[in-house]
Amino acid sequence: MRVKIPLALLAAVAAISSGVIRSYSRAEAPRHDAPRSPSGNVVVALCDGETTAEIAGVKEGETPTQAQAQAVAAQLMAEWERKNPGRWEVAQAVQPPEGRQGAERSAEEAPPKPAPTPGQAAAQGATAGGAGGLPAAPQGDVQQGHTYGAFSERDERIWKAETDRFVTQGHDIFHDASAVGGTIGVSCDMCHPDGANTHPETYPKFQVQLGRVALLRDMINWCIQNPARGKPFADDDPKLKAIEAYLLAQRKGVPLEFGKH
Amino acid sequence: MRRSKGVKSIETRHYEEREAFFAGLARLSRRSFLKLAGISAGIAFGKGLVTPQSFQLVEVAGAAEPGASEKPRFTFAYISDTHLYEDKLNDRFVRAILKAVDDVNNLDPQPDFVLMGGDLAQLGQKPELDLGAQILKSVKAPIHMMVGEHDWFLDMGEHWKSLFGAEQYSFDHKGVHFVTIMSVQEKDFWTARGMTPMERMKTVAGLDNGVQSRFEVGEAGREWLKNDLDKVDKKTPLVVFSHSPLYKYYRNWNFWTEDADEVQAILRPFEHVTVIHGHTHQMLSNQIGNIQFHGMLSTAWPWPYAPEGLPKLTIQQNRADPFDQFDGCGDGSIDVAESGLVNALYNLWDRNPVTIRASYLASGGTKDAPPRTKLASY
Repeated sequence: MRVKIPLALLAAVAAISSGVIRSYSRAEAPRHDAPRSPSGNVVVALCDGETTAEIAGVKEGETPTQAQAQAVAAQLMAEWERKNPGRWEVAQAVQPPEGRQGAERSAEEAPPKPAPTPGQAAAQGATAGGAGGLPAAPQGDVQQGHTYGAFSERDERIWKAETDRFVTQGHDIFHDASAVGGTIGVSCDMCHPDGANTHPETYPKFQVQLGRVALLRDMINWCIQNPARGKPFADDDPKLKAIEAYLLAQRKGVPLEFGKH
Repeated sequence: MRRSKGVKSIETRHYEEREAFFAGLARLSRRSFLKLAGISAGIAFGKGLVTPQSFQLVEVAGAAEPGASEKPRFTFAYISDTHLYEDKLNDRFVRAILKAVDDVNNLDPQPDFVLMGGDLAQLGQKPELDLGAQILKSVKAPIHMMVGEHDWFLDMGEHWKSLFGAEQYSFDHKGVHFVTIMSVQEKDFWTARGMTPMERMKTVAGLDNGVQSRFEVGEAGREWLKNDLDKVDKKTPLVVFSHSPLYKYYRNWNFWTEDADEVQAILRPFEHVTVIHGHTHQMLSNQIGNIQFHGMLSTAWPWPYAPEGLPKLTIQQNRADPFDQFDGCGDGSIDVAESGLVNALYNLWDRNPVTIRASYLASGGTKDAPPRTKLASY
C-alpha cells in the first residue's frame, strides 16, 4: 500500500527570518525561527523546522533572484532527501484521491467522514459531489490527473480546522469588549448571544436608519462605534473579517435572503 | 422632566400627554377610560391619524371592561437587569436605570412597592453595587431586592448581602404572600479549572458561555421554600420572585432553572401562583399547570428570543432598533387583582405598552390576547 503525502515542501515554507508575516488570523500558527547568518546572508528554512541554507551574496532584506531562489530550494530539497532516504519516491507516487476503487473498496473500508454538526446537513448537501469536492462514495470511474482536484479527506480536514480556527477567533473578538475597541465595557455578545439577531443572511439590504444599502460589516462597525463606543474597523481588518466569519458560521444552513427585513 | 415652567414647546406637550396616557393605561376605570380616550384622540389627531387606527384606543378598548375579579387590589412596579458598570466606565446603563427610576417615581398613584429584579451590577463589583444602591435610594416607593447572577459570582453574594440583606425572604402584603428565591445558584465549575473570582464572574456573565453550570435553586433553597410555604394557606394568592425563569426555556443561555420541575411541584398546591422573573430581558409569558409566569424587561439591553423553546403563550416583542438605546428596554408594573392573579404591564420605552392579562394566560390564549408582534425573531 502506498502512502500519500501531500507535499508543499518548498515555496510557502521559505520563511525568511526577518519577514514572517503575522496577521491576526495567523497569530497562533507555529513558526520556525531560522538562525541568523554571521555574514548577514539571507537564511532560508525548510518546513521540517531544522534544515536551513544560506543564499550567498544576498543580505537580509534583499530579494534573491529567481535563479538564486531555485538553487537554494534545490539545495534544501537535496538535504531533506539525504536525511530521509527513500521517502521522496513514496511521496512522488501521490495518487488521485480515489486510489482504491472497485473491488478493493468494501463498505467497511469506507473512509471516515467527519460527522456534520446539527443543522449543517442541508448546507453540505449543496456541495457534495460538486467540482473539487470529494464525494464520500464515488461511483465508478472518476476524473483523474487534475491538480486542483487532487486533494484528500485529510486536506479537507485541515481546511476545516483552519476555517474553524478563524471562526473561533471571531467568536473571541465578538465576546471581548476590548478586542473590538469598545470603551464602555460593552461587547457584541451582550446583545447577541451566539450571534443571535444579527441575521447576516439578510445583507446587503437597505438599512433604514442609515438611509442606504448596508453590508453586514457596515452594521458591525456601526455597533462598534455606537453601543460599544469604539472606532470602526477598516474594511480589510482581520478582526472585522473574523467577526463576519463567526456570524456567518452561526447561520450555516439558513437560506440566503439578502434584502429581507 | 415634567416640572418645566413657562412656555412649553409643542413637542414637550406632546410627550407629556403621551406619558400621562401611558401611565394611566395601567389602571383604568370608566372615568379614566373617557379621559384617556380623549387624550388618545388628541395624540392621534396630532399625528394625523384617524382615531380608530390609533393604537391607544385599541389598547383602551381591551381594558375597558375589567371583570370584578380583575379589579386591582394593589399595584407594584419593577426595575430589572440594569447591569451597572461604574459610571466613569459606562454612562449608558446609568442613564437607563435613571430613566426607569423616573418612570416609577412618576407613577400616580404610586405603586405599593418596587421590585428590583436582579442583575443590578454587571460584574458584581463593589463600586457597581454601591452605585446601584445609591441610585435606588431615590426611588420613592419601598424597594424589594432580588439578586441576579451578575451580582453574585464575584464574591458569591457577599457584598450584595451586606447592602441588601438575605437573598431569600418572604413577606405578606394585602393578603398576598410574596416569596423571593435565589434561583441562580450554579454547581462548582470554577475550582477544578483554577479560576479566579473574576474569571468565574465573567464566565457566568457570558450568556452563551457553556463552561458554566445551569442555574438552580438547589436543595437548600428548595428546603427553605418548602418550610416557608408550609405556614401559608393554600388559598392565599402566592407571588414568587426569581431571577431566572422557573421553567425550562433555553438551556444554552440559562433561560432555564435546572430544578424547575421540583420547584414547580412545591408551588403547585397553591390555587393562585404567579412567578415574576428577570434575566431574559424580553416580553415573556408562560403558564404551566396553574402557575403563571411573566418575564421582566431590562433597562440595559433586550435579549433576542432564543432559537427554540419559546413558550407558546408568549407574544414576542418586536425586534429592537439597535439605533435607539432604549428601544426594546423598559420597566413595568404589575396589578395584583382581587382574584389573586396578576396583569403585567410591559412599559416598553419608545413603544406602546403591552399588558399580558391573567385571563389571557388562564384561557390558553383564547381570551384577551395582546397585540401580536410585527417583527418576530428570525
